[in-house]
Amino acid sequence: MYRLTTRTRAGTATAVAILILVVVGVMLPAFASRSMIQDLFFILTMLTLAQLWNLLAGYGGLVSVGQQAFVGIGAYAMFAGVILLGWDPVWAIPLGGLAAFLLAVPTAFFAFRLQGAYFAIGTWVIAEVTRLLVAQWKALGGGTGTSLPREATRNIIGTDAIQALFGVRDAAARDILAYWLALVLVVLATAGIYWLLRSRLGLALAAVRDNVDAAQSVGVDAGKLKWAVFLIAAAATGLTGALIFMQTARISPDAAFAVTDWTAYVIFIVVIGGIGTIEGPILGVLVFYMLRSVLADYGSWYLMTLGVLAIVIMLFAPTGLWGLISTRSGLHLFPVRRRLTGAKIEGEN
Amino acid sequence: MIWIDTLVQGILLGGLYALFAAGLSLVFGIMRLVNLAHGDLIVFAAYLILVGVQVLGLSPWVSALVAMPLMFGFGWLLQTVVLNRVLGKDILPPLLVTFGLSVTLQNGLLEGFSADSQRIPAGTLEGASLDLGLVTVGVMPLLTFVSAVAAILALNWVFYHTPLGRSFRATSDDPVAAGLMGIEPKRIFAIATGIAMVVVTLAALYLGMRANFDPSIGPARLIYAFEAVIIGGLGSLWGTLAGGIIVGVAQTLGAAVNPEWQILAGHIAFLAVMLLKPRGLFPRAVD
Amino acid sequence: MLLETHALTASYGQFRALFGVDIAVAAGECVAVIGANGAGKSTLMRSVTGVIRNQPGMVLHRGEPIGALTSAEIMKRGIAMVPEGRRLFPSLTVEENLLIGGQARKAPGPWNIDTVYDLFPILRERRKSPGTALSGGQQQMVAIGRGLMSNPELLLCDEISLGLAPVVIRDIYAALPKIRASGAAIVLVEQDIGKALSVADRVYCMMEGRVTLTAKAAEVSRQEIHAAYFGEAA
Repeated sequence: MYRLTTRTRAGTATAVAILILVVVGVMLPAFASRSMIQDLFFILTMLTLAQLWNLLAGYGGLVSVGQQAFVGIGAYAMFAGVILLGWDPVWAIPLGGLAAFLLAVPTAFFAFRLQGAYFAIGTWVIAEVTRLLVAQWKALGGGTGTSLPREATRNIIGTDAIQALFGVRDAAARDILAYWLALVLVVLATAGIYWLLRSRLGLALAAVRDNVDAAQSVGVDAGKLKWAVFLIAAAATGLTGALIFMQTARISPDAAFAVTDWTAYVIFIVVIGGIGTIEGPILGVLVFYMLRSVLADYGSWYLMTLGVLAIVIMLFAPTGLWGLISTRSGLHLFPVRRRLTGAKIEGEN
Repeated sequence: MIWIDTLVQGILLGGLYALFAAGLSLVFGIMRLVNLAHGDLIVFAAYLILVGVQVLGLSPWVSALVAMPLMFGFGWLLQTVVLNRVLGKDILPPLLVTFGLSVTLQNGLLEGFSADSQRIPAGTLEGASLDLGLVTVGVMPLLTFVSAVAAILALNWVFYHTPLGRSFRATSDDPVAAGLMGIEPKRIFAIATGIAMVVVTLAALYLGMRANFDPSIGPARLIYAFEAVIIGGLGSLWGTLAGGIIVGVAQTLGAAVNPEWQILAGHIAFLAVMLLKPRGLFPRAVD
Repeated sequence: MLLETHALTASYGQFRALFGVDIAVAAGECVAVIGANGAGKSTLMRSVTGVIRNQPGMVLHRGEPIGALTSAEIMKRGIAMVPEGRRLFPSLTVEENLLIGGQARKAPGPWNIDTVYDLFPILRERRKSPGTALSGGQQQMVAIGRGLMSNPELLLCDEISLGLAPVVIRDIYAALPKIRASGAAIVLVEQDIGKALSVADRVYCMMEGRVTLTAKAAEVSRQEIHAAYFGEAA
């Protein structure tokens, strides 16, 4: 009996480890300091963005330099929900996902007409256009931006319970709430991508990545696939953007649509960790955070180091740190490759 | 009358953008390399010229002349040591490497020169203007435009009338066959990037003399330059000039309606062209 | 020897295309390499011209190892290639296509733009046309002329009759004796056995990545070639 499976021993061990990590993560606010919670929030949100960009570029072959458009529009939609509609910030976060989705439709319609480098530049220009248009939105502070009103941030759903539970102040409770939401988001995003890659869609993606024509000829609709990946990534990026700016509670077009923060860093994380793997961004975000902590006092030296590191990795280890590790050890924590199992297969090595 | 004036100012501004874009167009046309650090390289060259002016006491023109061979060498080295290693079918590696270079350059300049705005002193040229009867134009914008046209003429002459240009075109067509002709594609690429950096230095001179600059302004110049290249069509230098002019005119028209719409109008013109002609107006090479 | 290969191997990823090929070409000689599709002839040419890199000692030029050199370095040593499919540069005119052949290596010799035009007069009339606007036969003439422009010691011709009408092939083959008379050695890679044997001094036959026959063109029998070409007794 042969069976097609993606299960490996390392994969099962990972599942158990992740379960434990998530449980610890949920309980962490009981012991961790506020600054640690904030750091973790940063790590988790950057990881989410990195996984999503990795889905686009590493699996979907869509090298976008314009993901800041979706972070920004998601954040602004959340602010609009709070300031203009009077919604609770937490309920306004899905609005961010929706807005990003709606922006992604015309963006994809336009950008998919462009190939390769043109696509990259095209998405960047669209992000710039969105930033400039949002800067015209006077109700949300125009070019200088605005803050979430104090009444809205003080009464965010669940913060009272958190205050009572952990005995913390209002602002700290908001951080804990944001952290939990970030945890949910990163688990959902990673699990979702993992599920996607193991599904038929993932097989089709791999086929398209390897050879578009061949994939088309066996009935894979590459166009539809690109649309699906782009829209999913955009909506989830919008949710993440909304969450990030719910935590900071202050927004401006330059911050929300920053190509450095929401695209450059994210690309560096993916590249350093290893593009086209789920493990890569996780490793990448840890390296990114450690560098940031070590070099935080040196200002621009930190970014220079990051830039140089990305160049060096691209030159000497294009599969990233995780690529180095997995080729040496054969380890796959998130197995997506299908293998035949059962009785010994002739010629297998 | 005001519209003619706006149009002329837009065309002249387009000259600056074409100058930003000419080097990019050359490199993009020959090796399909997307250099995301192009804007930062212009800013880098502007600081190089500034150092010549402030530290060595040179005139801006002489300083730019001194900077040109230095920038050629820098471009040659960059291509040889870094970019040649990542060129290939996959556009991701060069994209990521030049993105890394962009961030490295920006922050290196920040460390070396601080975030303060700088300007290359242009002396009496700064406010000078010329009355052309119908419109009055600034001497500096006019000079920029003339330089852009001259740079494109020179590049085109190299491209179509010299053995080097022949090698550029042959390598762009078919690098393997070019190798069989005794042409080393990687050497040709290094020379091309070197030449692009000479044009970048010229662009930097005008960038620095016309307005204030600081280490952070590179990416915006990159976008204008790329829009000019893409509107013009892959591999066409005159197309790049046309693209620059389209972006420039759109920006001045936008600004005439509402000053806040200047940049936006340029981008929208770009998007409109892309929607109608995804390969640009005058594509030379088939990609 | 002008050119030798020693136990030359080559692979495309997992697929092995050459299994220890030994050939030798003397100065001024005309050698044919024949074989069916997929026999490894073109891979042999790619290896000799550095399109595929090898161990240095697998390819020797006048006894010096050149197996690891780049295409450009090998070409500058006087080994010019007329590639399969002609591969003219679409952005270059006919004349520019010819000129670029002699641009990197300036060696004294009989060939220059005028003597190439004398060899193929039709090209003089079409000198300003884009190379790819020509007919297949004329394009093949440009490709051969381009190879001659550097006055090579050795001209490698990969499938110069492929896809051309018989009358055009005759015109092109008519030029080969003149090229030989100018002193250059020629390697003809061909599927057309008759054509190849009509001009060659010696012949190598290849099959499945190996040399299956080495013979003098004047002495070889049809049976021998048939056996070497198809791998079976006739």
